[in-house]
Amino acid sequence: MKGWMGKIKALSLLGFLALILSGCGKENLTALVPKGYGAEVSMDLIILTTVVMLVVFAVVMAIFIFVLIRFRKKKGQEDFIPKQVEGNHTLETVWTVIPILLLIIIAIPTVLATFDLADETEASDSINIDVTGYQFWWHFDYQGEDFQTSQDIYIPVGEKVYFNMLSSDVIHYFWVPSLSGKLDVNPENENTFYIEAYEEGVYWGKCAEFCGPSHSLMDFKVIVVSKEEYEQWVADMKNVDPDEEPESAVAVEGKELFQENNCMGCHAIGSSPVQTGPNLTNFGNRETLAGVEDLDKDTLVKWLLDPEEIKPGNKMTDNYPALNKEDAEKIAEYLLQLKHTDITSESAEN
Amino acid sequence: MSIAATQKKGVGAFIWEYLTTVDHKKIAHLYLVAGGFFFLLGGLEALIIRIQLISPENDFITAGLYNEMITMHGTTMIFFAAMPILLGLMNAVMPLQIGARDVAFPFINSLGFWLFFFGGVMLNVSWFTGAPDAGWTAYAPLSTTSPGHGVDYYILGLQISGAGTLMGGINFLVTIVNMRAPGMTYMRMPLFTWTTFIASTLILFAFPALTVGLFLLMFDRMFGSAFFDVALGGNSIIWQHLFWIFGHPEVYILILPAFGIFSDIFPTFAKKRLFGYTAMVFATVLIAFLGFMVWAHHMFTVGMGPFANSIFAIATMAIAVPTGIKIFNWLLTLWGGSITINSAMLWSLAFIPSFTIGGMTGIMVAASVADYQYHDTYFVIAHFHYVIVGGVVFGILAALHYWWPKMFGRVLNEFMGKLAFWTFFIGFHLTFFIQHFLGLMGMPRRYWVFLEDQGLDTGNYISTIGAFFMTFGVLVFLYNAIYSWVKGEKAPADPWGGRTLEWAIPSPPPFYNFKQLPLVRGLDPLWIEKTEGNGKMTPAEPLGDIHMPNNSIIPFIMSLGFFIAGFGFIYQTDYNAAYILLFGGMAIALGSMLVRSLKDDHGYHITKEELEREAD
Repeated sequence: MKGWMGKIKALSLLGFLALILSGCGKENLTALVPKGYGAEVSMDLIILTTVVMLVVFAVVMAIFIFVLIRFRKKKGQEDFIPKQVEGNHTLETVWTVIPILLLIIIAIPTVLATFDLADETEASDSINIDVTGYQFWWHFDYQGEDFQTSQDIYIPVGEKVYFNMLSSDVIHYFWVPSLSGKLDVNPENENTFYIEAYEEGVYWGKCAEFCGPSHSLMDFKVIVVSKEEYEQWVADMKNVDPDEEPESAVAVEGKELFQENNCMGCHAIGSSPVQTGPNLTNFGNRETLAGVEDLDKDTLVKWLLDPEEIKPGNKMTDNYPALNKEDAEKIAEYLLQLKHTDITSESAEN
Repeated sequence: MSIAATQKKGVGAFIWEYLTTVDHKKIAHLYLVAGGFFFLLGGLEALIIRIQLISPENDFITAGLYNEMITMHGTTMIFFAAMPILLGLMNAVMPLQIGARDVAFPFINSLGFWLFFFGGVMLNVSWFTGAPDAGWTAYAPLSTTSPGHGVDYYILGLQISGAGTLMGGINFLVTIVNMRAPGMTYMRMPLFTWTTFIASTLILFAFPALTVGLFLLMFDRMFGSAFFDVALGGNSIIWQHLFWIFGHPEVYILILPAFGIFSDIFPTFAKKRLFGYTAMVFATVLIAFLGFMVWAHHMFTVGMGPFANSIFAIATMAIAVPTGIKIFNWLLTLWGGSITINSAMLWSLAFIPSFTIGGMTGIMVAASVADYQYHDTYFVIAHFHYVIVGGVVFGILAALHYWWPKMFGRVLNEFMGKLAFWTFFIGFHLTFFIQHFLGLMGMPRRYWVFLEDQGLDTGNYISTIGAFFMTFGVLVFLYNAIYSWVKGEKAPADPWGGRTLEWAIPSPPPFYNFKQLPLVRGLDPLWIEKTEGNGKMTPAEPLGDIHMPNNSIIPFIMSLGFFIAGFGFIYQTDYNAAYILLFGGMAIALGSMLVRSLKDDHGYHITKEELEREAD
């Protein structure tokens, strides 16, 4: 008995060692450090199934290694003919029944969790955000609040926030690994699920369904702030004046260029039904540019001159008047000063 | 006929022989060579993928090319490498195992091969014109809206080769039902024959779903229909159902024959009869049956609701039971045996831990809520490579080492066999084990680049190093294969102390296989004769004339016709001139059918006198 237990212990130790060596990944991105309800439910099931499976694996390996050592052909016994065993009913019953029992141990919590996470009864009393997936960016419409954002979602901590998701083109996946498992964003049949974050912070979201050339660059952020900060943020976002004059002279020129080049044909600032391109409200407070790049002037100018270089296959390339570098810099100046609220990712990190 | 003898006839005659052959053993060679070639292509694509992912934000290849690479890798490996190599092994071995002189329909066997071959060539022609880039699963609407003709090549390539596979499956079914030697009852068939039988049944029922799906996709892309276009009242989810109703059984079409291979190899090298034969057969049948009930576990995150998710989760878990029975029966086959470890056995033994890991992660992804995290990440990539590489590829390599002497009359070099095994085995685990963690750490699949500072660098780096080890292993095997052809040791009829009928005849077998059909007295018929009889099969019939089919070039021409018509279908959306190809190609194909139907071909007989002249 002791030998068996030893082997099981050694093997599970090896497994944990592998985990430690590889690390658990980046905090607020990895699913291995859950910080929301959905992610926690999934993680519990991941741990349960892993443990059960490691036990099975240990048994298989123990028999396997024993057989290999004990029953290899011995020198001098080349002509030995083993007994031709047909089978053994007792043994075969044992390894049919035990796996069934193990599967029941896994199946019951799986079914319970499936129904638990599909629960939408509280949706009508909660914050609802309509999500639209585009190649290769995200549009968020806060239901009943009359404003829209792109790429960054602000939600309050410790509250169920419901996401109603639909795609405008191909299938995308809405995945914030640290907060919750993923759900499809289909062109038909709106999908709903909720996120309940335990801690404030900036969480990475990713598109997990293959959606074209820039599939790997379709990141978004979920910024979890306190309830008060969230309410302040909503109030600020509702009061955006799209025509507000910038302070610096360069930004004023940028604003004029923004209008001359008809950028707002696709990009709204403030509440608007226009959503051909990302809504640029509060752009200066964005976490990233285009989901993956640092938000700074040089990168933004690079984007304005040639978006294709940053996001292959995006729908902006060649669909706007060509800009010279000087104009691009002015527009960048204008966009970067679009800061419509004091609630930023820093509020989440404090 | 030895390889040397055919070479004497000259290269032209050699090629003509293979173009027209209807002999199951030569068709097996064709499948293995063509499948092997596509395997190398798919492997090269995999290597390019791994090089791109060696470091964060790498720009080794562009996003567009990367998407073509992953699509072609998946499609090639499943449809044009794993499947045909298995069909090749089935062709080479199954008729011998049941004591038959050929398959039931030799002409259709040849047609099946050439359709597969031209389908594969069609798909790969797209490298010169723009390859498909919607993933091997070709989800709508990404596939319906993908610009260029890449996805059209995918559709036509798979449609043409799929027809060939369907024919192959039906052919094997009829062969096993009708052509077993006297005494070879169903419950005496070797497990590889059993799994061929079950996999063929799966082909029969699963491939039509793919055919329908591909036709709908083809109409949407080429003829303006809107089955998957939501804006016009279509539904894009239907494609996923059709694809996975085919796609999940497809996994079992691949893995069950591999199970059969191991079930034949373990008894041979442990010198012990397969433990729990009956349970093994029924476990195979049960896996196949359940395999049709679980397709939607590929779609847990589609939003089917908790009822559907729960049902498919439990159905999927149920498959673990028969699979577990198999694992333990193999272990107990080895238990108490006298185990010889050579290359064939190394691959088989390595399969047990590798595939068990794949099976375990299979249960983990079956738990629907846990799958919300795994789905479409590198965890799933790791899972199915453990199943497909650790199961199917290991099985194929075990089978190649085991049956190589029978198929080619030469023995593979043992040292090179072991070198290839160890490098590939280590490389395989290096590449894929770490990917379980990469997935959970937030790396979705089909990512052209991963970002810096996201904790994904080390894992990806290790994974790429592993891919180089695997490449080295494959190259060593390739060299071994060529070496055996040029300088390999001549193989005796029964190099391993075999138990089944194929080892009762010379290596390679004469083109009529059995001079006299053997009388089968039980499971492992040759073993029975070795231990209880005189070591030779007792003939079940007196020596007499053998009826043989004539070679024919028609299958090649017919497949060529469909191949040409395929280009017509693809380019008729751009140029009217393409209709010439479309109608011309179809005319060739249908004309070939007409010729085949109207022209009687009764074959020929090998006379008793000729057979008597042949030495044993």
